[in-house]
Amino acid sequence: MTRILALLLVCLMGTAGAQTPPPKDSRRSGFEDMGAATQAMQKDDALNPGMLWVQDGEALWKQPAGVSGKACLSCHAAAQSSMRGVAARYPAFDTGLGRPITLSQRINQCRQQHQQASPLRPESQDLLGLEAYVALQSRGLPLAPPDDARLDPFRQRGQQLFAQRIGQLNLSCAQCHDSLPGKRLAGSLIPEAHPTGYPVYRLEWQAMGSLQRRLRGCMSGVRAEPFAYGAQELVELELYLKTRAKGMTMETPGVRP
Amino acid sequence: MARTLINAPSTARRGEVIEIRATIGHPMETGFRAGEDGKVLPRNIIQTFSCRYNGELVFSAELFSAVSANPYIAFHTVATDSGTLVLSWEGDNGFSQAESIQLAVTA
Repeated sequence: MTRILALLLVCLMGTAGAQTPPPKDSRRSGFEDMGAATQAMQKDDALNPGMLWVQDGEALWKQPAGVSGKACLSCHAAAQSSMRGVAARYPAFDTGLGRPITLSQRINQCRQQHQQASPLRPESQDLLGLEAYVALQSRGLPLAPPDDARLDPFRQRGQQLFAQRIGQLNLSCAQCHDSLPGKRLAGSLIPEAHPTGYPVYRLEWQAMGSLQRRLRGCMSGVRAEPFAYGAQELVELELYLKTRAKGMTMETPGVRP
Repeated sequence: MARTLINAPSTARRGEVIEIRATIGHPMETGFRAGEDGKVLPRNIIQTFSCRYNGELVFSAELFSAVSANPYIAFHTVATDSGTLVLSWEGDNGFSQAESIQLAVTA
């Protein structure tokens, strides 16, 4: 009896003492399902065409703009340290506006308020370049959307939009990306829609584009009227998607087929 | 000024085969597509790429409308002497871009 008790005790201690491995993340980045050639293109900075935009961004970071004659560098110093982890936190709540803003909106806000320069056009080469350069500094870090209670109502609206049927095809984002990832839509694989690599270089676009461009692409795909660039709905969707992908590794500049 | 990404070794042993990889930012507009106004966009492509190693042509290529934007070209050459490799791209509308890389060859 004593021996059995002792054995039981050893067994119990054994279970308690063993390191329980962290639960495996079952979420998949689109990267994992790409072809080997496209993966190689993303992994090698000398091959990744997104690095062309990063070069632009690096040049713009150092270049004075607007009436103030200040460059990003004048206030923020080297992006390698000051911008590390910043992109992983966006969209973030802006106290002045009372709503969340994306990283590109933040860049334009800085241009207008601090550099006294004109805002850059959405999807312009310059804005994508700056965004890519800032986001590159967070590459390898986990996506860390802020735990800000003020964001909750916006996040919920984003989630509702994700589940909302839209367009002539009457499809919601969730119907494909939550229910059918890994299956195919014609020849293309349906990804889980985790925004880990934005802005991304898309082979289909033959250029770099923002998450908003991607979202608008899906909207016209289901024959809905896409929201305009910078629309609050797109920001809310982005906020929800970032929360959904919380903890996944940032890959900017990503390459996607 | 177009943007380029060039990957090449800075040193090599004599006789070694080296790989040079180059990407250039260029729209490569085919000349067959219509713009938003319905009018055909004029062709704007890179037509030739060449690499001169100390003045000697070691690699060249012709590019056509079917080549995608931001063309990537990789090729090999044999390291013979220390010197300069000049990569140049030329195309429509007088487009011309040259980038040089230094190579140190050891015995």
